[in-house]
Amino acid sequence: MDIRLSGVSHSYDDFEVLRDITLEIPSGRIVCIVGPSGCGKSTLLRFIGGLEQPTKGEVLQIGSPPKDCLNPLTYIFQDFALLPWRSVRGNISLVLEDHGIRGARAEAIIADVLARTKLTEFHKALPKQLSGGMKQRVAIARALAVNPAVMLMDEPLSALDSQTRELLMDDLVSLWTRTPFTAVYVTHNLAEAVRLGHSIVVMSRRPGEIREVVHLETPLDQRHYGDSALEEKQKYLWQLMREEARAADAELVHV
Amino acid sequence: MSDLKSNTVATAQAQTRQVAFRGGGFAPASHRWIGALVFILLVTLAELGTRQGWISPLTLPLPSDVLKTFGELYASGLLWAHMSVSLTRLFVGALLGASLGVAVGVLIGLFSYVRAGLVPLTAALFPIPKIALLPLFVIWFGIDEGSKYALIAFGTFTPTVVATYGAVDNVDRSLIRMGQSFNLSWMSIVRKIVLPGAMPGILSGLRISLAIAIILLVAAEMLGAEYGIGAYILEAGSLYDLERLFAGVTILSLLGVTMSATIGFIERRLLNWRQ
Ligand SMILES: Nc1ncnc2c1ncn2[C@@H]1O[C@H](COP(=O)(O)OP(=O)(O)O)[C@@H](O)[C@H]1O
Ligand SMILES: [Mg+2]
Repeated sequence: MDIRLSGVSHSYDDFEVLRDITLEIPSGRIVCIVGPSGCGKSTLLRFIGGLEQPTKGEVLQIGSPPKDCLNPLTYIFQDFALLPWRSVRGNISLVLEDHGIRGARAEAIIADVLARTKLTEFHKALPKQLSGGMKQRVAIARALAVNPAVMLMDEPLSALDSQTRELLMDDLVSLWTRTPFTAVYVTHNLAEAVRLGHSIVVMSRRPGEIREVVHLETPLDQRHYGDSALEEKQKYLWQLMREEARAADAELVHV
Repeated sequence: MSDLKSNTVATAQAQTRQVAFRGGGFAPASHRWIGALVFILLVTLAELGTRQGWISPLTLPLPSDVLKTFGELYASGLLWAHMSVSLTRLFVGALLGASLGVAVGVLIGLFSYVRAGLVPLTAALFPIPKIALLPLFVIWFGIDEGSKYALIAFGTFTPTVVATYGAVDNVDRSLIRMGQSFNLSWMSIVRKIVLPGAMPGILSGLRISLAIAIILLVAAEMLGAEYGIGAYILEAGSLYDLERLFAGVTILSLLGVTMSATIGFIERRLLNWRQ
């Protein structure tokens, strides 16, 4: 299943946030969206997942999701959004219960996603007992449980320290390598973008427009920390963003 | 470099002392036994004072006499007669008021029309001293149990409503968004996200509501009640029987402490997920 955005624009009252975004999200690829803060990345992601509607333009779903897919468009949030009163297992079963999946079938799915995110031994723990990195892995496990056609990730690693971020990027790469998934990955961190993106969409400051789409050919599992070709790409992206970021920063001061 | 050197020399010459600690206090810690100690101290003081005569027996009964009265009350079986009717009234009234209050509070929290309609009404009802309405309740619900249940229920209802809709308002919106993003049904979101998320606020509201319920219990039993702790206290008061008055008041205090401990227990069991 592919996603196509055509001519998406949006304003909150008179406050223009996004302008004429046209973008294709091909199946089985990770599309990163980078841009200065406040340029409308999160808003765009909410449109893609149907949590909000743009004032102009449309978000199209091309083809239908696979049969065993419970929730085609599934989010992973920056703040994890785990229910603190449910255990790791309970947080995952939450999203299965509404589809009538209980008992042995639920057990099988939960065991599988916990194994894939290396959380098997923590299934009874409450969120308050987990580190930030583990919490986000629970959120990833929960997303995997509904077998999404497209994963929508809004700065999923931004709340974590840089070491944990490296580890989780490795986890995401190995998850993707084993079973490629489609994802829109919003971030302001260029290092994440060049590690995980098959293509990187660079946005201008608000009102957000697409400045350039950069494609990376290196397979994900061959991109490593400190790779010089990646650093080169990252530098290039930074040079694209630098002025925008500075201007966006100055804008906030005037508000 | 030269800077660094002169610095070291300066330290060597100056006197050395430990950095003064100034981070103390402002950290609540639990000292359970102090509460009991203060209580025992006060009772001992009263006992000594009345025995030695520097507290007049007209102002305070001997704590040991109060205890004796309490023992007699227990032995005669009257304690249970009073307690059982009072506890029934408290239970029925508080259960009615609190469950209705939680239901209305949740509805106010979930539906903006209900909120617009009922919040001003609750604000109007909240400050009315419910005791003032007792005669009205007697006319509406009869002099028997009906008016007593109604008074206690009404008194617990309003604070429960206010606490509940505040608690629902405070449920983390990002969790609700998460529920929607996973296509959970409206009912599931309310049952599995909103209600558990509001539970801490509802329980702390219940603490206040139940204390109010005890106050109103006594008020309700001052009119047309033969048995009940309120009736017992009223009778003792009109006979100026200080021992019995204090015995009755002690029962009420114990009731309050038990109630608060029960809610504390429920909180620890139900809210162990909090940090
Ligand atoms: N619900 C809303 N109402 C009004 N303004 C909003 C709303 N959501 C976001 N905005 C504004 O839209 C702009 C883009 O927000 P967002 O998409 O969160 O940016 P980003 O994720 O790129 O940092 C910001 O200036 C923000 O203040
Ligand atoms: Mg954002």
